[in-house]
Amino acid sequence: MQKFLLQGLLRRALTESPPKPEAASVAELGYTLGRAIRQKLGRSLSIREVDAGSCNGCELEIHALNNAYYDIERFGLRFVASPRHADALIVTGPVTKNMREALERTYAATPDPKWVIAVGDCAFGCGVFAESYACVGSVAAVVPVDLHIRGCPPDPVTLLKGLIGFVEATNR
Amino acid sequence: MNIAPKEITPPSPDAGCRPWPRESVDAAGWLAVAEELAKGRLDLVSLWGESAQVHMAILERETPRIRIVTLDCPKGSFPSVGRVHPPALRLERTISDLYGLKAEGAPDDRRWLDHGRWGLRHPGGAREEIASTSDPYVFLAAEGEPLHQIPVGPVHAGIIEPGHFRFSANGETVVRLEERLGFTHKGVDQLMAGASIARAANLAARVSGDSTVAYGLAFAQAVEAALGLEAPPRALHLRALMAELERLANHFGDIGAICNDAAFALMHAHCAIVRERILRAASGCFGHRLMMDRIAPGGVVADLDEDGKQALRGLLDWIELMTPRLIALFGDTTSLQDRTVGTGVVSKELVRQYACGGFVGRASGREFDARKAVGYAPYSEFDFEIGLSTDGDVDARVWVRFDEIRASLKIVAHILDHLPQGPIMQDWEPTKDAPCEGAALVEGFRGDIFVWLRIGADGAVARCHLRDPSWFQWPLLEAAIKGNIVADFPLCNKSFNCSYSGPDL
Repeated sequence: MQKFLLQGLLRRALTESPPKPEAASVAELGYTLGRAIRQKLGRSLSIREVDAGSCNGCELEIHALNNAYYDIERFGLRFVASPRHADALIVTGPVTKNMREALERTYAATPDPKWVIAVGDCAFGCGVFAESYACVGSVAAVVPVDLHIRGCPPDPVTLLKGLIGFVEATNR
Repeated sequence: MNIAPKEITPPSPDAGCRPWPRESVDAAGWLAVAEELAKGRLDLVSLWGESAQVHMAILERETPRIRIVTLDCPKGSFPSVGRVHPPALRLERTISDLYGLKAEGAPDDRRWLDHGRWGLRHPGGAREEIASTSDPYVFLAAEGEPLHQIPVGPVHAGIIEPGHFRFSANGETVVRLEERLGFTHKGVDQLMAGASIARAANLAARVSGDSTVAYGLAFAQAVEAALGLEAPPRALHLRALMAELERLANHFGDIGAICNDAAFALMHAHCAIVRERILRAASGCFGHRLMMDRIAPGGVVADLDEDGKQALRGLLDWIELMTPRLIALFGDTTSLQDRTVGTGVVSKELVRQYACGGFVGRASGREFDARKAVGYAPYSEFDFEIGLSTDGDVDARVWVRFDEIRASLKIVAHILDHLPQGPIMQDWEPTKDAPCEGAALVEGFRGDIFVWLRIGADGAVARCHLRDPSWFQWPLLEAAIKGNIVADFPLCNKSFNCSYSGPDL
């Protein structure tokens, strides 16, 4: 263990410089966020992730944001264990009917002001599961969505671009 | 009110299933198979339904050979297999939910995937509209004065899939865990019915995103079996390469996550770096980090060039350097061993009864690996060891995964050195032999994935059944946690890392 710790001290960090935020996502957000809210939150944002029926692909890539290469916490973004602690929800999946109420209740449990970021093609428009009897169709059909990050699944750089754009929009 | 069910192509009498035959049996024949399962002479591979038929795939332990038996259900019911062989119970509840066929005499007739929220019953059988927005669910009782219940989920604390766990605890000790799943049910069976083979392949690749290569491979093999196709040698090797990269990425990611659930973040951080580098290499070589949709019936859609080969060789050298260090970090940290050794023990008898695949089965002494036992190309060319332990605890499941990492590294190195030249895709006509049936058993990182499908005369998929390995692992998690403390549940759960989306379909 000492070796690992020593290397950690001596070697250069693996963490990469952040990608430029996507203009489109900043524009999508621009109108939703008020100045007073930006002042309250500063650059910090606590995120609660909700899987509303995804295949687990999006979760794997959201997980990757925590690894040494992306180190999402340096941007003030933090994943929390309860919606009660969250400023924003990240929602994935085509919203299965079996998860609809759980998503609604998670949203209701999140204190105001709150935002919803829909991640993945399923969350945007049901993806390959469109027209199933078991799916609602998109996250926006259940809770108000402030930002979509597309992809099947979106890779961590795409996720970072969207999320950094989100934080920047809250600070403009 | 009745609405017309989706049109389903009836099985043609001459529709043979390849590579394993499918035979029709009567009720007595069906029950005879169930008895053999109960006696432990056969292993249950899967049990699935159609509008008026049930099918059962079984594995003869000695040979090992797969057989599929079919029972017609003109009266909408069939003799329960779960009555004598519990591993069939949840599969039977699913058949009842989706196709409306009842298992006669089943000890558990509660709904499983159907939570009463679809607006209809039996989406694959005689559809019936319902007004309910939610069904009540009765959890199994655990009685006694000091017992209390702890409901967890469906929304969990981590970035993971949704499911509900109901713990009955006596102080710190778990007396009973009951799982309630089905929250991620997306209606895959019905989306598959009538889908073109290309679309069905996309769906299969999204049944469980962490096993997208294994599912894509299993689906492609089943289609190829049905149509009598053979993928070119180069494609077979590239498929195995992708499958092993997926296995490596998942094993490293999960070993780190298990340690993280024992509060050992250092291991988690380093394993996550290995996982990330594998995914980046996969993206560089095949154009997608998880290698989704890279395997198609007939071959693969992405070739590996010389640069990609070099990149993978470099990656392999680095992982081979890191693996012993990570093994030492895991094995030499006594505070970590204190959490993993003796925790969440699964008995040898249970894994045998449930024919539990993957590292969960192998950590409890069931030496089964679909790459070897049933076998598929090109794995007979490779020389590799299957990890095995008899301890059955969290620790054993981690060590078996380290063994599998070593085996996968060996296979990847072999493929890079012996990659055949030639085409990567075999052209094919979808309707040549249709209607026809095919099946496949593929070893994903979790265990064996079974796929059976029928291609209709129109060249589209008439019915496709995908059985995730977690069907036979989830029930064992309930057994593993019994007698452990509630605080060790995340550790036990992560050491299984069952899929939610896979069995929820």
